[in-house]
Amino acid sequence: MIELKNLSKSFVTADGTVEALKDISLSINDGEIFGIIGMSGSGKSTLVRCINMLEKPTQGSVYIDEKNIGTLSSKQLRAERRNISMIFQGFNLLMQRNCLKNVLFPLELEGLKGEKAKQKARELLQVVGLADKEKVYPAQLSGGQKQRIAIARAIATNPRVLLCDEATSALDPQTTHSILSLIKEINQKLGITVVVITHQMSVVEEICDKVAILDNGEVVECGKVSDIFSSPKSKAAKQLVFPEGEQNILPRKENEHHIRVVFNGAVAAKTPFIANLAKNKGIAASILSASTKSIGKKAYGNILLEINADKTKIKEVTDYLNEFEDIFVEEVE
Amino acid sequence: MFDSESFQSAWQIIKTEIPLAIWETFYVTVLSTFFAIIIGLPLGVLIVAGDNGRVLKIPKLILKAIDVIINLLRSVPFLILMIVVFPLTRLIVGTVVGTAASVVPLVIAAFPFVARLVESSLREIDPNIIETAQSMGATPFQIVIKVMIPESVPSLISNATIAITTVLGYSAMSGIIGGGGLGKIAINYGYYRYQYLVMIFAVLFLILLVQIFQSLGTFLSKKFDKRLKQN
Ligand SMILES: Nc1ncnc2c1ncn2[C@@H]1O[C@H](COP(=O)(O)OP(=O)(O)OP(=O)(O)O)[C@@H](O)[C@H]1O
Ligand SMILES: [Mg+2]
Repeated sequence: MIELKNLSKSFVTADGTVEALKDISLSINDGEIFGIIGMSGSGKSTLVRCINMLEKPTQGSVYIDEKNIGTLSSKQLRAERRNISMIFQGFNLLMQRNCLKNVLFPLELEGLKGEKAKQKARELLQVVGLADKEKVYPAQLSGGQKQRIAIARAIATNPRVLLCDEATSALDPQTTHSILSLIKEINQKLGITVVVITHQMSVVEEICDKVAILDNGEVVECGKVSDIFSSPKSKAAKQLVFPEGEQNILPRKENEHHIRVVFNGAVAAKTPFIANLAKNKGIAASILSASTKSIGKKAYGNILLEINADKTKIKEVTDYLNEFEDIFVEEVE
Repeated sequence: MFDSESFQSAWQIIKTEIPLAIWETFYVTVLSTFFAIIIGLPLGVLIVAGDNGRVLKIPKLILKAIDVIINLLRSVPFLILMIVVFPLTRLIVGTVVGTAASVVPLVIAAFPFVARLVESSLREIDPNIIETAQSMGATPFQIVIKVMIPESVPSLISNATIAITTVLGYSAMSGIIGGGGLGKIAINYGYYRYQYLVMIFAVLFLILLVQIFQSLGTFLSKKFDKRLKQN
């Protein structure tokens, strides 16, 4: 269990103090895949770097399995860091070592040498599907392959936590997908707690159980991915979930209202609510955009409707639709 | 000047003295560079590792002192440095003339230069790689031995080549005041006795030595660089 308690971090720079993190409290359960999402500069990297004390928090504390790691001596901290691995956007492999030796690196740091270490490293290369690249140097690998080697290296010391800072941001969508599957597989097989930092909602949708939304150094929303996806509350969350849309798609006249309908799960997906709306309320809605995604095993739909009516009528419509199970409706300003 | 008689005598000198001089120059250069690396490499490592306390927590005052000493030594012209360190040379070697004696001033002139070269090599390393090692719980010593130095081997080799060719030049200069080798021959015969042919030969062999060191250095640097795709 990772617990962040009232974590704050500020940087003193030439042009003043930057408050990168402001009073952040979060808990991440064992075995969870926890996403931290936010726009560039929102403090994601700073937050994840506080978890292994690469960045010392200005205030607050980090507990890992009830151990306050901010109070450890540097020797204890080094030992603890073997339990908290990290992978990076830039892979950060040792360029003068071949793949096998890169995976051996953390084992060497622990003093594990010889055939036994090599055996272990070879098994790890197998796990990430690159057993044939043992003698190859990182310069000869593709980005996706480099990240696989970095993952093998990260899990070599049997860590309990894997921190991923934008681990897929330098990769194309297909490679991203394969790396995410690998991370998920490792999470399930080894029970490692994974913290995924990203600026892409698609990454969160694909593998995370829970997500925290970071905006300007603050956690503005936190919860199950499915809940946040179906009814984002904060402005930052809405921007991430509906990137196409708070801004006007079409110029609107007076009395033209845009309404977002998000439905969650199969029951809602089978409800003919637009037809119901016309039949029961006498309102004709036109569809501006619509999309469906699956998160976990559920289908999520998102429709943007345009309705020509006055304010009171719109209120009536949103109230009516909100009564359906698993349908969330709100007006888009 | 190049009539057959003087040519004969020049050829005689070249035959009898040049082979030994080449050997002297070679070993003085290699030995001095070796000692300069022994002293300069740790200093270069300290400068980079101690920078902002990123890898090693070294008191600022010590870092500043290293910096000042290096700059001081680097700014004294080699010939003057040679004279200044005469007492030290006498203390270590017992004499201030001869090939062995020139090793002392050469090392003192070269180690600050080597320290700067090492510094520039180590600064080329991606700081993220060092941070990754830290995130794995590497000790400062492990970071130096397993990350900083191995990752900059190609650059260290090419800078060692620069160091050795520079030392070669200094060693030739040391021929003016007591040092041995090709430099001494060039000065003794070319400057004092107007045997230009001998001087030209001595210089040609100096050039050849520089070429050999440089080609070897370039070859090794490339061979050890695993970032190059053809490996
Ligand atoms: N070492 C530092 N010194 C000064 N300011 C810093 C430092 N590191 C981060 N910051 C500032 O803290 C804020 C958060 O930075 P951080 O790198 O955590 O953002 P991020 O969410 O990871 O962004 P990105 O998606 O671009 O990686 C930014 O305003 C940044 O300028
Ligand atoms: Mg970042």
